[in-house]
Formats: sequence, structure tokens, C-alpha cells
Amino acid sequence: MMLPPSASPGLASALNKRGVALLAVLALVLVALPWFASSYVLSLAIVILYFAYTGQAWNVMMGFCGQLSLGHSLYVGVGGYAAAALFVHFGIGPWLGVWAAMGACMAFGAVIGALAFRFGIGGVYFALLTIAFAEFTRIGFDHWEWLGASGGFFLPVAQREFNDPFNLRGSGRMFYYLLLALDVLAFAFCTWLLRTRIGYYWQAIREDPEAAQALGVNTFRYKMLAVLISSAMTSLAGVFFAFYYNNLFPEQIFNMGRSIEIILGPIIGGLGTLFGPILGAAMLTVLADGITEALRMVGLEIPGVKQVFYGLCLLAVVIYLPQGIWPALAKRLGIGPRDGHRQ
Amino acid sequence: MSEAALLSIRSVSRRFRGLSAVDNVSFDVPPGHIVALIGPNGAGKTTLFNLVSGALTPDSGDIVFAGRSIAGFRPDQVCAAGIGRTFQLVKPFAGLSVLDNVLVGALHHTTRVASARQKALAILERLSLADRCHVPAAALTLPDRKRLEVARALATEPKLLLLDEVMAGLRPTETDQMVEVFRRLNREQGLTILLIEHVMRAVMALSREIHVLNHGELIASGAPEDVVRNPHVLECYLGEESAV
Repeated sequence: MMLPPSASPGLASALNKRGVALLAVLALVLVALPWFASSYVLSLAIVILYFAYTGQAWNVMMGFCGQLSLGHSLYVGVGGYAAAALFVHFGIGPWLGVWAAMGACMAFGAVIGALAFRFGIGGVYFALLTIAFAEFTRIGFDHWEWLGASGGFFLPVAQREFNDPFNLRGSGRMFYYLLLALDVLAFAFCTWLLRTRIGYYWQAIREDPEAAQALGVNTFRYKMLAVLISSAMTSLAGVFFAFYYNNLFPEQIFNMGRSIEIILGPIIGGLGTLFGPILGAAMLTVLADGITEALRMVGLEIPGVKQVFYGLCLLAVVIYLPQGIWPALAKRLGIGPRDGHRQ
Repeated sequence: MSEAALLSIRSVSRRFRGLSAVDNVSFDVPPGHIVALIGPNGAGKTTLFNLVSGALTPDSGDIVFAGRSIAGFRPDQVCAAGIGRTFQLVKPFAGLSVLDNVLVGALHHTTRVASARQKALAILERLSLADRCHVPAAALTLPDRKRLEVARALATEPKLLLLDEVMAGLRPTETDQMVEVFRRLNREQGLTILLIEHVMRAVMALSREIHVLNHGELIASGAPEDVVRNPHVLECYLGEESAV
């Protein structure tokens, strides 16, 4: 009996018909959202989309290829500063600046990757290396007067009545759509990646690098590729951050806490899955904000409550759903592909 | 001796902190042959495999495959040269399906996932694993995992297949099935096989020559029926039971 060829199961899973219908409804809601949502909801949605995007980018390295980065704030910071510096100092718009941002971040990624993978630094030690790079870059920017040093670097604040998408000056609504487009592109790109040889080789490396190598996979090359793609993707988030918030402080943007915030979404949503980073970002942002708001309403302002909440979420997921929430949810909703019947 | 060897191991040595794991070993694997490597535990068989497959580099000596030296190649380069291997301690991609495991191997010769998937299915069919192809590899039993190792290695279309104890843990009927698979691959596709094996039933059924390692040294080589009567081999490895 010859089985028919089917789409890849597991991680590169597609949705079934019901899932596609749900996705269409979600897409409609997302597109329409800025026209009926309050500015508070809109800013919350922007935060969700932002973390969904950075989570997706980080997931390429860790979820797909198994390389743990705990210093992804490095790429947000370098990307943001690169585009902002070109804009402020040379009047070069963000659509050009974004290429410089990508290039700079890929250069950082290449150095980290080459150092680690050439000398066989893996696992926890690789993670430490990524932290080290984020940290010394932060210290460097703290002393770089041309970029405002520790005092911060500021973009001219835009008039919010008038949208100028070429210079990314405009309303929250414009930024929302920009970020939504980024999220959709990142999702499509990652879906495609997982279905190519690159995606299969990454997963093989994640599962067992030695076995992958014996099957002809040049592990150095493919791990480098994962770092380069992930860092380039993350740099776009940095450019967005700079032009949306109009200020950059090394102490904040390169902060290790920022790196952790990036990775929580995909871990809680489901490592290596395509919907996990999005789901994780949405759940964490809404719940954390909800808790903070609820406490404020009863007159309590507890600093750090968000972090405690993140910790509890992580704990719960690690204990009860080690694969993340998405795989379990997809099964429960009956929207994931069933075993043996994949399409 | 007119035909050139496909794999030629020439005075290869490797030590680990003074311990000689493989000591000045030389032998040839002619194309189209099935050759067995036997010996007691710790004799250096797997180390020799690791030297050939690029997981380790020899301290001295040379390894020549299809006319060129592959000593010091990385494992992926050895694979590209045309040598497939299995691991004694199986290494499935646990989180991937059985099909995707083999697919990774099949992608060695094509970037087209669809055609690689077809090839992977055909190989799984051949190893009687096709009905399990959508199961995660982590859910397989040990005998099935051994088969998966073979399927994955075959998917890279090797000229030479290195089998590291793929019969261990199989029932006699399963061993015979596996033996038949290798015989057919050898007969129909001219696949050359070098196997490490303790299951003498399989060794005797398959191999045309046997080489015996003990304490890293080659102590006997020759036709199976001669080697199993070699008193030296009987003494250090096969023991009384086989002397029947």
C-alpha cells in the first residue's frame, strides 16, 4: 500500500477548514479594529502585535532551530538606533533606514553565530554569549554621545493629525496597520520557511544535531542562517519601536528584561509553532494589563505585579502544558490537523 | 584483487588519552560486498565507524573512499561523499514524524520537499514502516527506531552503508526480515554494506567477509566460515558456544 503524499505534519501544520474559517474571522476583526476601538484598546493591540512579531522572529532561532537566544533586545536596539540615527542625523527615511538596520543586526548576529558555532559553544553557553553581546552593546550605547548616550536619543515628535507613511510619522492607526502587515508577512514567511528544506534541516538540528550532520546537513551553515534571519526580522521591530515611541534609551531598549519579554510569548504559546508566538503575546499582554488595571481600580498599585504574573504564567505552562498553549488549544478547538489525516 | 576497494582503511589509529581505541587497523571493503566487523565490547568497532563517518578524526593513517581520502572530513561531507550511517544508540528526531525523519535524509539530493517526501515514503515502505509514517518518532518501539535509523541513512542514497548494531534487540523473525532487506538492497542496487553486529545469525547470513577487532587491533580477517573457526577469535570473542 502506497500512502498518498501529504503536507508536513507536526510543526509545519496547516489548519483544517474550520481553522481557516476562524482565521478569516480573526483577520476581519483585526483589520476593522482601529475603526471601533478606543485609543486604549488600540495601543494595547499594538503592544500585542509587537510582541507577536518579535516572538515570531525569536522563534525562528529557538523554536525552529533550537538555538536559545536570551539577548534578542540587542537586535531591537541596534535596529532601532540604526534607523533612527540615519533619520535624525542624515534625513534618511525609515524605508531606507530599515535596510541599514537589518544589515547592522545581521552583522551582530553573524559575529555571535560564527563565534559560537565555530567553537562548538551550544546550549546554555550560547545563551550566555547572546546576553553578553546585548549587555556590552548596551554599555557601548550608554557612552555613545552621537546617539545621545545614556540621556536618550529622540526623534522629532510628529503631528498626529497628518499621516506621513514615508517617514513613519503619524497616528496610532497607521502604526497599527503597519505592524499588522509586518505580523502577517512574518507569519507567511515562517510558514513558508518551515515547508522548505531549510525548515526541515532546522528542525533536524533542533532535535539532534549529530544525526542531522550524519544526514548531510551542514549544521554550521544552517544555524548561521537561523541567526541571520532571526536577527534581520527582529531589527524591523526595532525600527518600528524607534518611530512609534520616538525615543530610545540604551538602559531600556537593550535591557535583559526586554529580551525575556520577547521570549515569553512563544514559550507560553508554543515553541516552534506558528500560532504560538501570536497567541502567547495576546494572552500575556491582555492578562497582564487586565490584572494591573483591575488592581488599580481597587486602589492598589503594586510595582512588579506584571513580572510576578509572567512568572506564574510561565510556571503554569511549564508544569501543565510543556508544549505550550497553542497545540493543546488547537486540539481542543478541533482546528489543528489530526494525526494521520493531514492536508 | 583486480577490483579497487570502495572503502580502504589504511593503518588507521586513534587513541583516547593514551588508550589505543583503534590501533593500526587496515582493511578494504570492495564495492558490492557486505562486510562485517565483529569483536567484543570495547574492541573499537564504533570508534572505527566514527572515524570513517567523520565524527572523529584519525590520529594517523588514511581512509580512502571511492578513490579519495576522506580522513578529517566533517560528517556532512562524508555523507555527501556517499557514506550513510546509523547510530548504535539510536538518534531519532523525536519531535518529528517518522516520515519527516526520513524526509530530512531524502532532502540531501533535492531541495524539492514533495519529491523528497515521495522517496521517503518508498523507503519506509521497503522497511515496513509506512503504516507508522505519521507517528512521532518518539512513539516508536526500539526495533522500529532501529529501522528508522536505516531508513534515514538510506534516504541519503549512500554508496556505502555503515550499520552499527541494527539487529540488536530484534526478535529472530525480525532479524531475518532485516537481513532480507539488506540482501535485496545489496543485490538490486549494488549497495555496499559494512556492519558492526553481535547477532551472529545476521552476520553469517549476510557477510562475505568478516574482520575481527580486539583491543583496537585487527586479529582476524576472512571468509565467515574460516573466521568462526579461528581459535584466536573463538578464545577472545565467540567463545565455546559457537565452536559447535
